[in-house]
Amino acid sequence: MCLAVPGKVMSISGEGLQKQAKVSFAGVVRDVNLAFTPLAKPGDFVIVHVGFAISLLDPEAAARTLDLIDTLTD
Amino acid sequence: MHLDYIDEFREPLLVKRWARLIAERAREPCTIMEICGGQTHNILRFGLDTLLPSSIRLIHGPGCPVCVTPTAMIDAAVALARIPGTIVCSFGDMLRVPGSRESLSSARAEGGDVRVVYSPIEALQIARTEARRKVVFFAVGFETTAPANAAVIAEAARLGLTNFSVLVAHVLVPPAMAAILSAPHCEVQAFLAAGHVCTITGSHDYQRLASRYQVPIVITGFEPVDVLQGIYLCLEQLRSRKFEVMNQYERSVRRNGNEAAQRLVEEVFEVRDREWRGIGVIPRSGLGLSPAFAPFDALKTFEIALAPPADTQECRAGDVLQGLIKPPECPAFGKRCRPESPLGAPMVSSEGACAAYYLFKRKNDGEI
Repeated sequence: MCLAVPGKVMSISGEGLQKQAKVSFAGVVRDVNLAFTPLAKPGDFVIVHVGFAISLLDPEAAARTLDLIDTLTD
Repeated sequence: MHLDYIDEFREPLLVKRWARLIAERAREPCTIMEICGGQTHNILRFGLDTLLPSSIRLIHGPGCPVCVTPTAMIDAAVALARIPGTIVCSFGDMLRVPGSRESLSSARAEGGDVRVVYSPIEALQIARTEARRKVVFFAVGFETTAPANAAVIAEAARLGLTNFSVLVAHVLVPPAMAAILSAPHCEVQAFLAAGHVCTITGSHDYQRLASRYQVPIVITGFEPVDVLQGIYLCLEQLRSRKFEVMNQYERSVRRNGNEAAQRLVEEVFEVRDREWRGIGVIPRSGLGLSPAFAPFDALKTFEIALAPPADTQECRAGDVLQGLIKPPECPAFGKRCRPESPLGAPMVSSEGACAAYYLFKRKNDGEI
């Protein structure tokens, strides 16, 4: 139920509760509401749940998560 | 580095390195509960439990809103679907969940207008295009889904829609964790908290739980690398006897959560006591409409009263949802209770622990 998936913001229109984006999920493009991620820009990745973006993904934090094992096993 | 935020977190070599590190570091036996049904689903789908040393026991938490929605709420949805002229819109997972006598799916088979929606926005659009019909949205979910549902209710108010209402069955995670930790036979030593719930709420409530119950809590994502890293961080806290909230899913979860989403949820909803299917009433564990949005309450609009609980004795969903038993320990599992003829909700939902065991354990090792 809390299934939410990352997608890439392609374009943005509207404002406030009506702020919308075209978001690509591995090539499949859907309309997503951006009311809760007002800072998202084209090219950013967002996590999308039931048609709403709930977070703007942080690429630096993602890289830290992927690299953590190197700092623990060196 | 180019990221798609999926494949790199499933990379097999990286997954194996984490599994090896956990095997090296695991000493004392320990029991870790993953809260979210999405995590349970992926643990079984990717066979992550089979990569762990036998000293680590994963038990599956109550984090499947479909599974914890009480029978009375399903009965209310069925009653709404039977009122001539109404359209009940629901997420697909809810349709086959058994009520005390029937499900939304059977109400639809008998002529009720029940429509599956992917987003609450679709329910609102149906209300706008079918102005002569009464449209009820079955608002189910945890903190993750509450902002989306709140946005749609606020939009219905702004548009002045009078043919749109909601059957609110929202639940909150931290009170359920407190209930599990307070239970007399609780074996949980650490939690993987649900990454998408915390994306909305942030970590403050969890800090209170960690210090009050002296339990490590790691806010964890959903991909294989996330789950293994969450387990590793739990082990490290248990080893050093720390009881803190750590954020493994930092690419999505900010300390204060999503404040724009929280503001809207606080405007549209208020915290209420809630019954959890198979568990009972947990104080302040659910959401209802705030007084300003009470005109959108389907129970009031259609004068429907919620009945007292009447779950089948044969279904041990309550024990499964609290991590007291694993699904195959239920005598009905895979026999009287299967996905095509479920006795309880955890066998229906794609994120229910029983359905996940039925689908993936069978595929992985033919245990059933």
